[in-house]
Amino acid sequence: MPRHRLLTRRTALLGATALTTSACDSSRPREGFLGAMERFNARFQAALFDPDRLAPELPPEETTPPGKFPEYFVSDTVPLTPGNWALRVGGLVARPSVLTLETLQRLPRTDLRIRHHCVEGWSAVASWHGVRLSELAGHVGADANAGYVELRSFDAGYFSSWDRPSAFHPQTILAYGMNGQPLTPGHGAPLRLYSGVKLGYKMVKYLTEVNFLPEPTGGYWEDRGYEWFAGV
Amino acid sequence: MAHWLNVPLLLIMAASGLQILVAYPLLGPQGRPYGWYPFQGVSPPAWARLGDWLAGARHWHFAFAWFLTLNGVAYVLYLALSGEWRRRLFLPRRDTRNAVDTLAFYLRVRRQAPAQGLYNGLQRLAYTGTLALGLLAVLSGLVLYKPVQLGALTALLGGYDAARAVHLIVLALLALFTVGHIVLVLLHPRTLGEMVTGGRKPDA
Repeated sequence: MPRHRLLTRRTALLGATALTTSACDSSRPREGFLGAMERFNARFQAALFDPDRLAPELPPEETTPPGKFPEYFVSDTVPLTPGNWALRVGGLVARPSVLTLETLQRLPRTDLRIRHHCVEGWSAVASWHGVRLSELAGHVGADANAGYVELRSFDAGYFSSWDRPSAFHPQTILAYGMNGQPLTPGHGAPLRLYSGVKLGYKMVKYLTEVNFLPEPTGGYWEDRGYEWFAGV
Repeated sequence: MAHWLNVPLLLIMAASGLQILVAYPLLGPQGRPYGWYPFQGVSPPAWARLGDWLAGARHWHFAFAWFLTLNGVAYVLYLALSGEWRRRLFLPRRDTRNAVDTLAFYLRVRRQAPAQGLYNGLQRLAYTGTLALGLLAVLSGLVLYKPVQLGALTALLGGYDAARAVHLIVLALLALFTVGHIVLVLLHPRTLGEMVTGGRKPDA
């Protein structure tokens, strides 16, 4: 085999190694080559997303044993519901609203028992009940140009933003109950987002605000380097 | 060329995968860990990991998964289109007897090596097994990436938690094969150059 071809391959290999180490920075995974690949993957995930595909409903015996469903929050101690709690709904909506839990509970109720997928690799099962986010969107008259939905919380500024198709999926709800009981503080009382189509960190707990927006606004973990789309 | 590219790509996938495992180093549903897995709660060693933290490792993993998959698809296409599959793939009717005889020879049960062409039956079995492992790695990985959108595949592999176990077992088997493969090549250094460069076309 001719010698000059071997040298070309060696140069190519060295070049690729140099490129890989400089363009793949683990501490800033949304930049450089890793970032470019993530933007490609986000488009791939959005294209793969089927708004009509449902996460399978599971039988009661699949329910994770009591106390074994992890409870995550970013505050130092479990966030407790403020006394005057109400949900503010705004952005591109015909009727900006401040809704009490009682008002939300009078809207049509949806029940789900589906698998929870955490970015860490564990899964767990519980039943959740609440009102569909699409139902709330109809209630406040969300604009068709609102391509994104932002969710804010009283958990040390934790927030996230979603693409409209995932937010309006029939298994995306504002949950006020878990396993037949009102939400406990550990699971996001009084109101949290729950969904069958995203990873757990997208499901904001301890909700204070829902905003229908024309642009995505990032999120707590997303701004620290985790994927923004994070579909399952 | 496509062949040795597997080594760096597999290393990147394995090391970033092990870093992802650190975030939850258990197998089985939450609260019901599998009894058969001996390393429940044990994190892989730091020298075997890539990506520093969960988000970093996930970005490495999902970026380079495409290249490993493309490399695999290119290889399968080459096998299919060139007709090489006839010489390299394990066909049970043709190769079982030769594989058993070769194994017997290696284990010193049999004195004479069975007749063979470029590859013997045992080699064909090993290489075909690796292709099957590669396919299983991609399929179980897709389940972990999109368990709901690819729901039929998730059900086929026995669910999300089962797919996670399959994904890790496939890694262990591929690692075992790669180490064995490299040791054998180092024992027979003449084959190394041809593996990297593609070598000359044998007539056999």
